[in-house]
Amino acid sequence: MDARKGDWVRIHNIVLEAGERAPNIPEDTQNVPLELWDKGFLLNEGANIGDKVEVETYIGRKMEGTLIEVNPYYEHDFGKCVPELMYIGRQVRSLLEKDGE
Amino acid sequence: MAKDMSFEAVMARNGEIMKNAVGIDYDLFESGSIAFDYERMMRETGYDLQEIEEIQRETGVGDTPIYELRNLTKLARKFAPAGKGARIFIKDEAANPSGSFKARRAATACYHAKKLGYKGVIAATSGNYGAAVASQAAMRGLKSIIVQECYDSKGKGQPEIVEKARKCEAYGAEVVQLSVGPELFYTFLVLLEETGYFNASLYTPFGIAGVETLGYELSMQFREREGRDPDVVVVTNAGGGNLTGTARGLIKAGATDTEIIGASVSLQGLHMASDSQFNKKSFTTGHTGFGIPFATWPDRSDVPRSAARPLRYIDRYVTINQGSVFYMTEVLAQIEGLERGPAGNTSLAAAFKLAQELDEDKIIVVQETEYTGAGKHIQPQLTFAKENGIKVIIGDPTEEVPGENIILPKDPSYIKVEEIELDRTRRSYIRNCIKNTKVEKVTKEDLEFLIEDTKSNEEFVKKVLDEFGVAY
Ligand SMILES: Cc1ncc(COP(=O)(O)O)c(C=O)c1O
Repeated sequence: MDARKGDWVRIHNIVLEAGERAPNIPEDTQNVPLELWDKGFLLNEGANIGDKVEVETYIGRKMEGTLIEVNPYYEHDFGKCVPELMYIGRQVRSLLEKDGE
Repeated sequence: MAKDMSFEAVMARNGEIMKNAVGIDYDLFESGSIAFDYERMMRETGYDLQEIEEIQRETGVGDTPIYELRNLTKLARKFAPAGKGARIFIKDEAANPSGSFKARRAATACYHAKKLGYKGVIAATSGNYGAAVASQAAMRGLKSIIVQECYDSKGKGQPEIVEKARKCEAYGAEVVQLSVGPELFYTFLVLLEETGYFNASLYTPFGIAGVETLGYELSMQFREREGRDPDVVVVTNAGGGNLTGTARGLIKAGATDTEIIGASVSLQGLHMASDSQFNKKSFTTGHTGFGIPFATWPDRSDVPRSAARPLRYIDRYVTINQGSVFYMTEVLAQIEGLERGPAGNTSLAAAFKLAQELDEDKIIVVQETEYTGAGKHIQPQLTFAKENGIKVIIGDPTEEVPGENIILPKDPSYIKVEEIELDRTRRSYIRNCIKNTKVEKVTKEDLEFLIEDTKSNEEFVKKVLDEFGVAY
């Protein structure tokens, strides 16, 4: 069992299938489904990843979807070193120093 | 009988859903033709400036500091002709709760929603506005749902948008995330209908009037510290609310001589609704992908009539490349000790160049900053760009091709702006008015409206109408 009742989980849904998308959008977008992600407390007694489940969102709405993650967390960060940026600070500081003031 | 929740049926209920969700009967302001009574809409559904100041004060919004960027001014003068190089100032809107000027927009919307008895608010936004709504809703004891366009079909999300989701959740909001596509609006309508919450749209009179305090404060602050109004105010422009509200606030303060310059990052060539191009851009706001469509047709928003009408107020509109804004973001941190942006620094990068055209005693103001953090920072954004096949180059920014490369200027002399020919933008707007209302003849009222809504004159509007073969 991946998740128990009350666990904080992430669910996924398809809102519109590829063939159902709005006609006036670019073709590459028409060719993929419109997907949705949300989070909530699991309402089922227990569930595994991939199961259809029901959750109560943080503000108290009930919603169904496919369980994709338990205790979801954010992975965004401050990125990798971008060496291309390294010249900037030194460049402008030295330009200001040349001022002679 | 259960309601029909199909895409077509929900979209067909748009008018009714919106009426319940914003509490405004927009029909009251319509003329039945192109014209609508913009000022009446702003007056009757909004609050006056003093009321808004009070509302914002209650939740800690506004009264943000102004800093003179002395080092940046000095740097700009090194690349300016003798006697040129205006003093550059910045208004630190990042000091607002939730970290951007968007708190001003959300403050009035949330106050109004609470007053009308709504239990919660919903906003469709991938940007700072979501955090602003979630934060203001928390202060007012309202629930909030933020609907974001966040991922491409591979499930990859812009780090900046992911960070916004985190921030919204930090304030107790429910964040509904979607993959690329304008049908987000359908999900938005479904949620509005299901919850009966208030649509805290970015484009209602409440939202735009909320930004007026920014322009007003600017004028007051400069009169106090410099004894006069700024000569030029540069505004990062996307949906046009930032520019509209700021300009209206300046006018209300009597600062009618201040020039309003809009600035957007150039994303020319990238389609905003394209799944495969979604993660090829390194800016999620302040760019031409919003700036141009919203200027040429403001009523494309999530309310029937947008209160954000940038062409009414804009004096000049320039674009700048992504690399120059990233460069300037680094410069701001390195010589002014302010880590902000990056998207909000679009106007900063433009101001650096524009200052070089102006006399030394002139004052040019960058009217906002935004918070920076994980995901929302030059490093993660450039890391993400590289992961998506974008080349990061140090060279000549005029050679930048959005979606292919990002060119950091070799040195500050390479920072340039490009002019958007406003008469062409105005012409497109008039064409869209005709196309979307399908009128064959414009009324006298329409003519006056078009002149005002494009900040042009009778001769210009008539010339454009002649060109399109529309009678007046
Ligand atoms: C920091 C910042 N600056 C500028 C803008 C542009 O504002 P508007 O969409 O009202 O033109 C936004 C909004 O997306 C923003 O978040």
